[in-house]
Amino acid sequence: MSKELIRLSDCVMSYGDEVVLDHINLYINDKEFLTLLGPSGCGKTTTLRIIGGFLSPTAGDVLFDGVRINDVPPHQRAVNTVFQRYALFPHLNVFENVAFGLRIPKADGSGRKVKLPEQEIHQRVMEMLEVVNLKGFEKRPVSALSGGQQQRVAIARALVNRPRVLLLDEPLGALDMRLRKDMQNELKRIQQEMEITFIYVTHDQEEALAMSDTVVVMDGGRIQQIGTPEDIYNEPKNAFVADFIGESNIIDGIMRDDGVVEIFNRRFQCLDKGFAKDEPVDVVIRPEDVDIVDEEAGQLRGTVTSVTFKGVHYDTIVDFYGFKWLIQTTDFCPVDSHIGIKIDPDGIHVMKKSQYSGMFGDYSSYSEEYEELDVVEPEDEDGEESDSQEGGYEE
Amino acid sequence: MRNKRAWFAFPYVIWMALFVVIPIVIMAVYAFTAADPVTNASYATMANFTGMGIYLSVFLRSFWLAVVATLVCLLIGYPVSYWMAKEGPRFQRVAMALIMLPMWMNFLLRTYSWMSILENNGLLNQLFRAMGLLNLLGVEYIQMIGTSGAVVLGMVYNYLPFMILPIYSVIVKLDGSLIEAARDLGANSATVFRKVIFPLSLPGILSGVTMVFVPSVSTFAISNLLGGGNQMMLGDLIELQFLGGAYNPHLGAAISMVMMVIVVVCMVVMNHFGEGEEQAVIM
Repeated sequence: MSKELIRLSDCVMSYGDEVVLDHINLYINDKEFLTLLGPSGCGKTTTLRIIGGFLSPTAGDVLFDGVRINDVPPHQRAVNTVFQRYALFPHLNVFENVAFGLRIPKADGSGRKVKLPEQEIHQRVMEMLEVVNLKGFEKRPVSALSGGQQQRVAIARALVNRPRVLLLDEPLGALDMRLRKDMQNELKRIQQEMEITFIYVTHDQEEALAMSDTVVVMDGGRIQQIGTPEDIYNEPKNAFVADFIGESNIIDGIMRDDGVVEIFNRRFQCLDKGFAKDEPVDVVIRPEDVDIVDEEAGQLRGTVTSVTFKGVHYDTIVDFYGFKWLIQTTDFCPVDSHIGIKIDPDGIHVMKKSQYSGMFGDYSSYSEEYEELDVVEPEDEDGEESDSQEGGYEE
Repeated sequence: MRNKRAWFAFPYVIWMALFVVIPIVIMAVYAFTAADPVTNASYATMANFTGMGIYLSVFLRSFWLAVVATLVCLLIGYPVSYWMAKEGPRFQRVAMALIMLPMWMNFLLRTYSWMSILENNGLLNQLFRAMGLLNLLGVEYIQMIGTSGAVVLGMVYNYLPFMILPIYSVIVKLDGSLIEAARDLGANSATVFRKVIFPLSLPGILSGVTMVFVPSVSTFAISNLLGGGNQMMLGDLIELQFLGGAYNPHLGAAISMVMMVIVVVCMVVMNHFGEGEEQAVIM
């Protein structure tokens, strides 16, 4: 689990003036499930294609097991890819699609090209079809399969070659919600069973958190943060990561001392240290980390402006001095009620100011438009949140 | 569900009935009858077919030259199509225009030009003479016109675009991710071509082969002009029965029918290879 397998060292990818990857440094451990996560155009697919060998970086090195592989073509890399739209061969049936890689003669130890015996090919293909739950489908033409089945053929076709690394480019993007969840579990199971390194590209943060050992959050061709799903969620490095992963209230604050941050002119205890005295910072408070208490007992006091029933909890929007927060709570607070809130020190995450500061308001950033909407059409302030919710609970 | 706009197709259906089905019926009637030389009255007979054996050599030559011309078109056309499809869109447009350009010229004019190039005292022989090639070989001229090679050349020249266009249009639409997938699975360029690109371009090849082979079998002016009269093909033979000295439309119709049947059989057999793929057009 700890041995380093792939390293991208200072990789730059640019087309003319357009920089797609901006000095990417990243190492990937053996048998790790690593996810490249980010919005479209963030450079995650480009990174994957560099590892796959379909692109060569403009500058920087790609190392595999310590060997530089910048110029090694894809067919000579111990890496296989599951493509975004599967790219199954339409002229071959399921069996032949999976057997494709096995039927290609490989150089043996002495450099001679050898073909696998037909019996071994048959055995390995059938084994793999069993792994992906497609036994009995081997004679079907791929065009007769559903999206989920095609997806599994694509995975089997890649894995049957026993690659060191499997690259997956948004493999679940074309599937519906239910199938996605099933396939997420399936992929995780396969990865653990076969003990292969998975490098997974997605823009879906839930998917990334659910499956990965390591998540790499990217934006604008740069890595924003690398860490375990827990790290990324609990200790986002900047406003972009905080906003992209999960729901968050991002508030301007001032670091008054180690462990003391000031929001709305009130001091809060927190666990963060190492900032300069009186340094302006971004503060992230996750909606589930806020406790609603009586108005008198609260560290901050606000007015509830909207409540939406979400099943497990209520999405409650609370106005604090013109800033709107999203709070997820199991306590029901009616609209227009005055409440107080309490936040534990470990619920407050302080981040350095970055280029993303102030870009992501969510419910938090002060907005005059919000105020105006408030007056004209009170029920519109949280937009789709309350309107689209079936059986939503509204006052 | 019935297509409500089916009647849009009626004009063509009527056209087909008038100018395709009815003529075939008339042709069949002609083929199975003969005219009495004295009374000129028609009577039913199989004589047109039973006596066709004397033209066996014409049949064989027609099919042989058509097969050769089709193969040459395929061998030239496939690499050109492949190369074109891999180039940028601007190059593709220019290349396409160049390939189509000769087709805008009159067919007979093109064939006459080839005559003047291939003649014993034509452009090529003059060139060879100027180069001293003829002296070297000790001959007056190199015989090109009147050979089967000249006929094949004429057919290839005229029908090559019909091979290139369908193959090109299939390759250009090929999904690039399939090629990436094959490379990813360990295939080098040669294997990618053999196992992915070529099998997937088969529908285009079938269309191209059909579109070259069928007109080649029934060609007439080319064989007449470039074959110098001693490379008679089926088209010439049929023409002779309707317009020439051998006037016998009954025999002409019978030969046409036999040719049609053989061509259809060829196409059916060929399309069988492409089973599961898109079916190529028949004729």
